[in-house]
Amino acid sequence: MINSLKRSIPSLKSVFTVAVAAFAFSQAAIVNAAPATAEVNTTGLAVTDDTVTVGILHSITGTMAISETGSTQAEKLAIKQINESGGVLGRQIKYIQEDGASDWPTFAEKSRKLLVKDKVAAVMGCWTSASRKAALPVFEQYNGMLFYPTFYEGLEQSPNVVYTGQEATQQIIASIDWVVKTKGVKTFYLLGSDYIWPRTSMKIARKHIAKLGLKVVGEEYYPLGHTQFNSVINKVKLKKPDVIFAAVVGGSNVAFYKQVKAAGIDWRKEKPLMLTISVTEDEVLGIGGENLVGAYSSMKYFQSLTNGNNETFVKAFKEMWGEDSVIGDVTQAAYLGPWIWKYAVEKAGSFDIDKLKLALPGIELTTAPEGYVKVHPNHHLWSKARIGLAREDGQFDVVFESEGLIEPDPFPKGYQ
Amino acid sequence: MSNFSKQKLLSPAELCGFIVLALLLFVVLPLSLDDFRLNLVGKYLSYSFVAMGLVLCWGYGGILSLGQGVFFGIGGYCMAMFLKLEASSPENTAIQSTPGIPDFMDWNQLTELPWFWEPFNSLGLSLIAVVLIPGLFAFLIGLAMFKRRVGGVYFAIITQAVAAILTILIVGSQGMTGGINGITDLRTMLGWDIRTDEAKVILYFVCVTFVFLCLLLCQFVLRSKLGRLLVAVRDTEERVRFSGYNVDNFKIFVFTFAAMLSAIGGAMFTLQVGFMSPSFVGIVPSIEMVIFCAVGGRLSLLGAVYGALAVNFAKTTLSEAIPELWLFALGAMFIAVVSIFPNGLMGLYTAYIAPVVNRTLKPVFAAVKQKLPSKQPVSESTTGAE
Repeated sequence: MINSLKRSIPSLKSVFTVAVAAFAFSQAAIVNAAPATAEVNTTGLAVTDDTVTVGILHSITGTMAISETGSTQAEKLAIKQINESGGVLGRQIKYIQEDGASDWPTFAEKSRKLLVKDKVAAVMGCWTSASRKAALPVFEQYNGMLFYPTFYEGLEQSPNVVYTGQEATQQIIASIDWVVKTKGVKTFYLLGSDYIWPRTSMKIARKHIAKLGLKVVGEEYYPLGHTQFNSVINKVKLKKPDVIFAAVVGGSNVAFYKQVKAAGIDWRKEKPLMLTISVTEDEVLGIGGENLVGAYSSMKYFQSLTNGNNETFVKAFKEMWGEDSVIGDVTQAAYLGPWIWKYAVEKAGSFDIDKLKLALPGIELTTAPEGYVKVHPNHHLWSKARIGLAREDGQFDVVFESEGLIEPDPFPKGYQ
Repeated sequence: MSNFSKQKLLSPAELCGFIVLALLLFVVLPLSLDDFRLNLVGKYLSYSFVAMGLVLCWGYGGILSLGQGVFFGIGGYCMAMFLKLEASSPENTAIQSTPGIPDFMDWNQLTELPWFWEPFNSLGLSLIAVVLIPGLFAFLIGLAMFKRRVGGVYFAIITQAVAAILTILIVGSQGMTGGINGITDLRTMLGWDIRTDEAKVILYFVCVTFVFLCLLLCQFVLRSKLGRLLVAVRDTEERVRFSGYNVDNFKIFVFTFAAMLSAIGGAMFTLQVGFMSPSFVGIVPSIEMVIFCAVGGRLSLLGAVYGALAVNFAKTTLSEAIPELWLFALGAMFIAVVSIFPNGLMGLYTAYIAPVVNRTLKPVFAAVKQKLPSKQPVSESTTGAE
């Protein structure tokens, strides 16, 4: 009796299961219509019928870890959201995370591993220019696709990279125009860390200042990690520039702003003004809001932006990574990477890198936290320039926003 | 003691060790690993040159250098400069404001090639420079230091300072050196694309061949009277001096020799990895190189090779397996090496495995010896312990 009952229950159950499965299947066929893997992946990437694998390659250890963590978090958030909204071409994104360890050859080694061993469909990664320069030949050789989040010096345009940050002109020209127009400054002091990004940025700044008929009264570069800025602070006091235009990075930033404060310079006064292109909310954590208050920062994104996209993004980010997390310019740019990749893949109808390259130009993102962005044929993004005024609490008040999107121009004529 | 000079280059046990390593590197690894992993092994092996140099210089000569990255780097840069010039042909660089010079020079507003780059248009001169420039540099440092009897910790500190200075110099003059980015995007050597998988396999075998040539060369040095004197200098320098030897010259020699070996490693590294940057020159990589040597066992040439392989292999696998924690795991490994087996992997081998091997192989050796009219067997202890 009991036996027969037991037997009958499974049979009922199985009928039910089959029915549910059949229903689910028909629904899946209607809703997802995931195209066959053989069609969307002709080059042997890590794509199955229901998953696609991408790589995340940032420094988890070493001196750059503090900067790159935000990018990693943003990319994971974007991947999670994409998966929740149905994935890419009906496939859930899985990721393999590798550690670049703040070491440029390691970035090259891990890129090769991700592309050759893991066959990932795309890599979200790199941060410093040096790490990108090391990894770039690998991406070109094995035809991979890298989504690179950091604002950088330009002078590069690879079909195997999508640059979701600003190239130098997008950050510099609008901000110099703004400070000249609204603050009436006449003299500039240029100050940067000594490597390719500040050097190139300052070159563009210098040429633009000359075009406007204004004057550069001093220009200095300090080695990465330099922490003694007293001599330059004295020079600034001596030359009395109207504005200091700065691209000091990393630990030097912390030392510089603290020493400036100790020397009695207050950015809230009209002279000298501080206009930096290297301080985001992330850096303020190290510098301390009280040391930066009154300075202007030129970025394309600030956490305090009040549009609806950004409010949703900030909320989701804090839900995933904690109430205290801050979001800087690069973090937001890193968040764009997986989304741009998703839309490009779906436009191409394929994960193949060559088809992706053709599909990328013109991809629009209306849900970007920074507002609307669009991929230029040169694989950089059209984006706005914004100026933020540093507040005591480490956030910025947006005081200026370029009228339209600024065209990315990695090889600017007349500025080289 | 007169039989030192008549000793064979390799004792039977050492010969076995060489054969095992040769089998491993020439046969087992190429057959069992795919191209990607094999290329990584090639990269690890380029560090083994430095470790070999340190075995001579530190293990036998007692001169601890914490600046071997300098010579590794110079060797690597010499190679990279040649490859970069070839990659910067006017056709490849037509987009630049000054075509025909390396891209980073163009970004830094240089309009012509600096004079010291000119010799690197020629492969022959570049290859000579790979060995000669670091050798000359080490010779000058050695001359300045050892003639003034600077040694021990003071010498180690000065080598560190040199490593720091060279890094700052390279980073600071980025128009001429590529700065912190280093020299990247190297493509071909005399038209041969070094980036392809086949090229990487060939370069691996070239690298292994050089490893063995250098191993034999080091073995030759150690077996010679010079090698004996080095040990004597290490243990009681004054006594050697009073015996009428010019101690400084031996020290200068071994330091220069180690530098040249490192430089060969640097050149092999550039060829296999495809770029060179100041991150291989500074203090941290230099200390890491000493760790390779220490883990392998600083008194064993073969240990140097195994040490470089083991540490780098652990670095790669740990960082792939546990990206968040791998540095801790690696650190724990080093602490274990230093505190539990201070003579490294080879120390472990001589203490625990070699006796077993000897016991089993003894009848074989005896049988071989009876057939061959051989000289007095060389005892392992002359190379095995301090």
